[in-house]
Amino acid sequence: MQREMVVLDRLSKRFGPVVAVEEVSFRVGSGEVLGFLGPNGAGKTTTMRMLTGFVPPTSGRASVLGFDVVASPLEVKRRIGYLPEGAPLYGDMTVQGFLRFVAEVRGFSGRERERRVAEAVERTALKEVLPQPIDTLSKGFKRRVGIAQAILHDPPVLVMDEPTDGLDPNQKYEVRRLIRDMAADKAIIISTHILEEVEAVCSRAVIIARGRVVADETPDALRRRSRWHNAVRITLDRQGVERLLEGVRGLAGVAAAEVIRETDGLAEVAVFARNGDDILGAVRARLEALASPVREVTVERGRLDEVFRELTTGRT
Amino acid sequence: MRGIWVVFKRELAAYFATPLAYVFIVIYLALAGALTFYVGGFFERGQADLEPFFVFHPWLYLFLVPAIAMRLWAEERRTGTLELLMTLPLTTGQAVLGKFLAAWVFTGIALALTFPMWLTVEYLGDPDNGVIAAGYLGSWLMAGAFIAIGACASALTKNQVIAFVLGAAASFVFLMSGVDLVLAPLRGLVSPLVLDLVASFSFISHFQLLMKGIVSLSTLVFLVAVMVVGLVVNSLIVELKKVG
Repeated sequence: MQREMVVLDRLSKRFGPVVAVEEVSFRVGSGEVLGFLGPNGAGKTTTMRMLTGFVPPTSGRASVLGFDVVASPLEVKRRIGYLPEGAPLYGDMTVQGFLRFVAEVRGFSGRERERRVAEAVERTALKEVLPQPIDTLSKGFKRRVGIAQAILHDPPVLVMDEPTDGLDPNQKYEVRRLIRDMAADKAIIISTHILEEVEAVCSRAVIIARGRVVADETPDALRRRSRWHNAVRITLDRQGVERLLEGVRGLAGVAAAEVIRETDGLAEVAVFARNGDDILGAVRARLEALASPVREVTVERGRLDEVFRELTTGRT
Repeated sequence: MRGIWVVFKRELAAYFATPLAYVFIVIYLALAGALTFYVGGFFERGQADLEPFFVFHPWLYLFLVPAIAMRLWAEERRTGTLELLMTLPLTTGQAVLGKFLAAWVFTGIALALTFPMWLTVEYLGDPDNGVIAAGYLGSWLMAGAFIAIGACASALTKNQVIAFVLGAAASFVFLMSGVDLVLAPLRGLVSPLVLDLVASFSFISHFQLLMKGIVSLSTLVFLVAVMVVGLVVNSLIVELKKVG
């Protein structure tokens, strides 16, 4: 991790008797894209709202580039670009009017204001809808306007609450590309419950459940927790299945082997590795000895959705 | 200052971005005119002054100003833009003041558009322009006080109708605090001193002085104080009730 830009230290939020966020701590450095994951209602939005100074924490601290969110909220807000959940916007304004408004609040005027707006418009491809009232835009355009206002001042810290929620696959791709493009010199936090997003853009993932952090590691490390990590998936003719199962079950490093799918004449067998050991070589040797046709052999990297479910519900 | 100005510009433009501004101005001018001539007996009185015009202002403001103030915060809550606004580098005070000033200037524009009234008396006779100026000043200050109350009501809810009803009800209490309707239930419950205090909150008694051309310090202080207290309460409500 490079320079630390965002620090959350035992941050908690209670709404009356309800504990929404409980002692959440993590750090984000420059160049990192942190995926903030959790089921709906886990406390993602509340955590982001505390970080961006919208709601005050009940206890704990959060700081952005050394500025405390409670003690110096304006300093924090100047350094953060924030896309709130659902990308709320002033619907009666035109895209241009709205972006100018945000630019002026951010302290830009005259030519500098126009330059900033033009740059944000360029990056989010909003040129064609500039004179339109925001209310008349499609969901994808609205989300892009929300992103444009967040990046307008080229903030060192970018916080986006579900930036791709409700977008079509092409729009999701565009938004992710934009995030990756900006990642180099910023600390970016995106919340999501879409796991493919984590794989696509995040360098690290923090998972929270019921207000608590249950994991904080790279997507690869998360995948290694899966029982599917380094599992070998084999598609072969059905008559070979019994012999294959017998053959691999005795192998060192193999935890289990089972048939996961059967279709006409073909079967799919999964051989799970013990502790994620590399078992491909050993399994291949058995397959060659089998002498029955094998259609496909795949090594699994691990399944995030399963890890996610395990971590957030305590079940598999 | 800059933050206040940027918020002010946006809010004022927002009034004119929807038909609200035009509907409000037309209805306000029509009602103000109709009341002056038909109910106030402008011609029949045979006096070159604007008393029959100003005398209805408290009642016009009672239901028109809450309609102006109701969207200030309730709309931001309903659409979620409050989160956007409050996470921009603005203080709550700047946002509160910018919004208030926009609504206040807007009512000022509507009030200024009643200038044909003044032209009429100027044409028909020889009015005391000092009295008329005091009347306009009083009317505008009173509108400001009503807006401050209405803005507080608006900050409490995400429903504009509730904001309107709350604002109108609270304004009514202030408007009427000099009359028996409000004073009678309090009589006997509180000391005469408190009773006098409540009575002194009446917008009508203060405004009547201004309307007659009496610009007293206590009246000016009172109206400005209502605005200041209203805005402080407004800031507190926004600060404390951000979610929901």
